[in-house]
Amino acid sequence: MAGQTLYDKLWDSHLVKQRDDGSALIYIDRHVIHEVTSPQAFEGLRLAGRTPWRLDTNIATPDHNISTDKTERDAGVAGMSDEVSRIQVQTLDDNCDLYGIKEFKINEMGQGIVHVMGPELGATMPGMTVVCGDSHTATHGALACLAHGIGTSEVEHVLATQCLVAKKMKNMRVTVNGTLGAGVTPKDVVLAIIGKIGTAGGNGHAIEFAGSVFRDMSIEGRMTVCNMAIEAGARVGMVAVDQKTIDYCEGRQFVPKGEMFEQAVAYWNTLTSDVDAVFDTEVELAAEDIAPQVTWGTSPEMVSAVTACVPTLDEQPNEEKRKGLERALEYMGLEGGQAIESIAIDRVFIGSCTNSRIEDMRAAAEVAKGRKVAASLKQVLIVPGSQMVKAQAEAEGLDKIFIEAGMDWREPGCSMCLAMNADKLGAGEHCASTSNRNFEGRQGTGGRTHLMSPAMAAAAAVAGHIVDVRSFVGGDQ
Amino acid sequence: MKAFTQHRGLVGPMDRANVDTDMIIPKQFLKSIKRSGFGPNLFDELRYLDEGQPGADCSNRPLNPDFPLNFPRYTGASILLARKNFGCGSSREHAPWAIEDFGFNAIIAPSYADIFYNNCFKNGLLPVILTEEQVDILFKEMEAEEGYQLSIDLPAQTVTTDSGHVFAFEIDEFRKECLLQGLDEIGLTLKEADAIKQYEDARAAQHPWVFGAIK
Repeated sequence: MAGQTLYDKLWDSHLVKQRDDGSALIYIDRHVIHEVTSPQAFEGLRLAGRTPWRLDTNIATPDHNISTDKTERDAGVAGMSDEVSRIQVQTLDDNCDLYGIKEFKINEMGQGIVHVMGPELGATMPGMTVVCGDSHTATHGALACLAHGIGTSEVEHVLATQCLVAKKMKNMRVTVNGTLGAGVTPKDVVLAIIGKIGTAGGNGHAIEFAGSVFRDMSIEGRMTVCNMAIEAGARVGMVAVDQKTIDYCEGRQFVPKGEMFEQAVAYWNTLTSDVDAVFDTEVELAAEDIAPQVTWGTSPEMVSAVTACVPTLDEQPNEEKRKGLERALEYMGLEGGQAIESIAIDRVFIGSCTNSRIEDMRAAAEVAKGRKVAASLKQVLIVPGSQMVKAQAEAEGLDKIFIEAGMDWREPGCSMCLAMNADKLGAGEHCASTSNRNFEGRQGTGGRTHLMSPAMAAAAAVAGHIVDVRSFVGGDQ
Repeated sequence: MKAFTQHRGLVGPMDRANVDTDMIIPKQFLKSIKRSGFGPNLFDELRYLDEGQPGADCSNRPLNPDFPLNFPRYTGASILLARKNFGCGSSREHAPWAIEDFGFNAIIAPSYADIFYNNCFKNGLLPVILTEEQVDILFKEMEAEEGYQLSIDLPAQTVTTDSGHVFAFEIDEFRKECLLQGLDEIGLTLKEADAIKQYEDARAAQHPWVFGAIK
């Protein structure tokens, strides 16, 4: 019999019951809650006269809706200027208080974007099932968790039963071997993968990222990659446990200590795919082929190397794809054939659950240091992913580098990734963004998003247009 | 949850691939703490010429005359005909809430994003999967005939056209049963409470670090 994949192992160890109709009950270890997708779930629970199954599984924080402006944040929930948003954040506080669910409130140390907060507090650990009413929950898979997004009805289901009704996914392995060039980051790797397999390429699959590139990558880098598995259509992205995983977890707030830590580590070390495991789908990329990536269209699969040109309509023989390309170019205000580096930028956003961790802040600061934001830019937002990231960045003086360069140093939250708060693009504005989605209107009605790495976004802020970061850091150009 | 068995109704189009959840229901409407009332803001940025605000009355907003679902011939559509990878993007259940609240009972497309597909079933909304060729036929017939209707039969797992096509579709047995009966999934799962508790006790003994740390 063939060996098991990491996903097979995680699935089997959480299987409460396999039903005859092909569905299964899967036990959930960690449930992460935020203000946007939970109020209807708590209401449903109350209307049905139910209570949470288990309290110590849940961890909550507000992130999507809150202001990143210091003055408004200092005024707390009561001071939120958008009344509809204030009610939503207040509702999260009220629900957590009512049921006794641990919440890191708006300005508390520990608060942050759910997918930054969970790992950094050690609330997510290897081998766990982790769910959250947010599609970027796959981020936690960087710690060899089975982690995925769920809808609000499932949030209620997990609150009430600690389980999900699920069907096993297929196994996909994406292998990237080799060594990444200078200036090529985890964001570029995942964008290149999405460019290769497309936004529906991973539908129905759990993806394991394997190969020397991921072994050499930091845990935060692996989070960036797993985070965007959903942009390749897969609910789940994962990387197997290695010493880096264990070193990352050790000492964090909710991670066990002493003997129990050793016991956990012994188990965590089993969380790799067996060498003879068989995957339903295999995808391979070579590290040497990956250049810094930029999206030029309205879907993450509309991505190219920064050195390339925007595709032309005649390059596309498939009629449906040509229609999509035509619509995307019109929305983005771009001409087929124009150099990607010729695209002028109006705003820059460095943040989001994809790229707002301390390594991202450092990478952006390295480019920004001693340089100034181009005069043509309206705004450069630097939004750390959590209170802890913010404190660490300030301790390292990164905030001063950003401020001296003419950038805005903000309070932690989701911010302009999805523009639910005041941070948004105006119609027609181009944004160099480290977030995860370049959908029409995602960052503001009519806004035009170009996804890229933190270093690339910082370089665009300085140059005033999209630019190859390798010409800034002294790479091969 | 409302049940779904058979449905016959007017077909309305969303003729593009990779329709994402931001397109289905833009983020500003996610600030609501209710699960109803999203219908007027379905496809908001495509449907209206101005920018939609949560809580605002949509009845006097300028409609985009080029958006097909605004055409009089599609008024009252209850079956949404769409293209592949429909519902990609976020996990927001507000997307199926908006589609259902608008008046759709079913969607027909060649494929769906996983989370969106799953979310539909929790809201009595049937996402039918047909082949790209079959969906092409339906688009052509719909465009050719004003008032074009389809019949969907969930027990038989078929979509039937008046021109005589009968297209079979696949669906998981569990999901089909829940839809047919409008079952409360949480209630069903809680019938297994003993099995859950038993699993949980074993897990707590084997992996104690998963329990108790967060207070």
